[in-house]
Amino acid sequence: MTSPAATPRLQTGVLAEQVVRRFGDRTVLDHLDLRIEDEELVVLLGPSGCGKSTLLRLLAGLDRPDEGRIEVPAKRAVVFQGDRLLPWQRVLRNVTLGLRGPDADQRARKALADVHLAGREKAWPKQLSGGEAQRVALARALVAEPELVLLDEPFAALDAITRLRMHDLVRELRRNHHAAMLLVTHDVDEAIALADRIVVMSNGRIGDTHRVDLSTADRAVSVAREQLRAALLVDLGLAGQH
Amino acid sequence: MTDISLVPVLIPSDPVPAASVRSQSREVFLPAHSRGVTRFGALRHRFHWPLGIYTTPLLIVVLWEILGRVGVLPPTYAPTPTEIAGTAVQLWQDGSLGPDLAISLQRAGIGLAIGLSVGIVTGVLGGFLRRGEYLFNGVAQILNTIPLLAVLPLMIVWFGIDELTKVLLIAFGAGVPMYLNLFAAIRNVDQRLIEMARTTGASTFRIVTRVLVPGALPGFLVGLRFSLAYSVLGLVAAETVNANHGLGFLVTQAQTYLQTNQVFVGLVIYSILGLIADQFVRILERVLLRWRPSYEAV
Repeated sequence: MTSPAATPRLQTGVLAEQVVRRFGDRTVLDHLDLRIEDEELVVLLGPSGCGKSTLLRLLAGLDRPDEGRIEVPAKRAVVFQGDRLLPWQRVLRNVTLGLRGPDADQRARKALADVHLAGREKAWPKQLSGGEAQRVALARALVAEPELVLLDEPFAALDAITRLRMHDLVRELRRNHHAAMLLVTHDVDEAIALADRIVVMSNGRIGDTHRVDLSTADRAVSVAREQLRAALLVDLGLAGQH
Repeated sequence: MTDISLVPVLIPSDPVPAASVRSQSREVFLPAHSRGVTRFGALRHRFHWPLGIYTTPLLIVVLWEILGRVGVLPPTYAPTPTEIAGTAVQLWQDGSLGPDLAISLQRAGIGLAIGLSVGIVTGVLGGFLRRGEYLFNGVAQILNTIPLLAVLPLMIVWFGIDELTKVLLIAFGAGVPMYLNLFAAIRNVDQRLIEMARTTGASTFRIVTRVLVPGALPGFLVGLRFSLAYSVLGLVAAETVNANHGLGFLVTQAQTYLQTNQVFVGLVIYSILGLIADQFVRILERVLLRWRPSYEAV
């Protein structure tokens, strides 16, 4: 803890510097740099297998980098692609998993109400639909008021309509929860719908960055949206195919 | 979109009409209760396995009774169930069955308590700690391959022919399957759930109590089922050696004097013990594993 590299440099947000991660002789992350400001929602976009999830796991502290340096808030939460609910605990106890203190149940109830699941506290996970289960997973992540929320393709397994509802929910939650967010996805439309900034990953590094300063309505339909979408498809090497 | 059809295009000269080209097998689903209630159906519903899993054993007993009464089964080989029941009542009134049963249950109880304690403690240590695995797993795997009955002569040499051997044999029978199942159950808890729990900031104690223990519970109950079954097996084996009390003694003595009735009384009691043990675990499963979406047989 006394070595200079282990001393934090920032008070808020995420800082990743020259991060390298290898699996065998395959370098997945190659001297990657990323900075996320406080309360900023960054969408990490890239084709599957490009190392998006690897980076997210490093930021979550689930894996360690082979080289470089990562600095994240200690209070952070992860929403995984699957809901990863404990099937043997009712919804409320799933949300209180990481909580301590006598007001844990109360806070969990509030978090469930925030994701519009008030009254479902006593349900078993097997009784929930896919969208409901993923909302419980969101509540579980947000209940501890984290400073960083990492979302690993959280809505990829949901149907299109449910996914749109979840996007609305995320926007709504951002008004009440002041956390930096990193959302990993391969869905260009999802990226445009939610991001303050979209970063495209390629060859194990952050390639192009697009700041998105559009209103919610403009994110749905506008010329700027279409231009952004076209630019993102070029970045992903998909131009001309769509 | 929906106009895209998989029906082959009809050639006008084709004599076969379109309907018969398509497969005619279709299924219609209606609410389960909407089927017409015929008299046979109502009757069937009423007599539809009225005793659940006990239906088949009861039918066998009835058939056995009939065959015995008719004279197909000679009484010296297989006395009828009513005769066996009569013998049991008689033995009970003699005052010889009660104490024998009590002493057998006591042996099984002590043996189970020792076996389950050792099995659970070592299973938990082996499941949670790498060092525990190295310490216990090899021994447990070796012990698992040794048949229970083959250990008996050795135990007699080591611990004599008294209670200790009997209790230890039962404990051995109960402990090994408990260790093996509990160890496997803890190691097979979904790694992704443990990872998730770590990201919520839950303490190690929380992760053990809310993730690992409940996750290992189904495997634990499988172990318990095996332990109870093997302890009854151990009980039977142990009691045939130099017993002067207990169910095994009753059976061996009856065998010596060709009292088939009494042999059957002993066997019936052993089987009832096994049945009770199984029902006990079943109830535990129903209460503790309510969360599990399991296959409901038709």
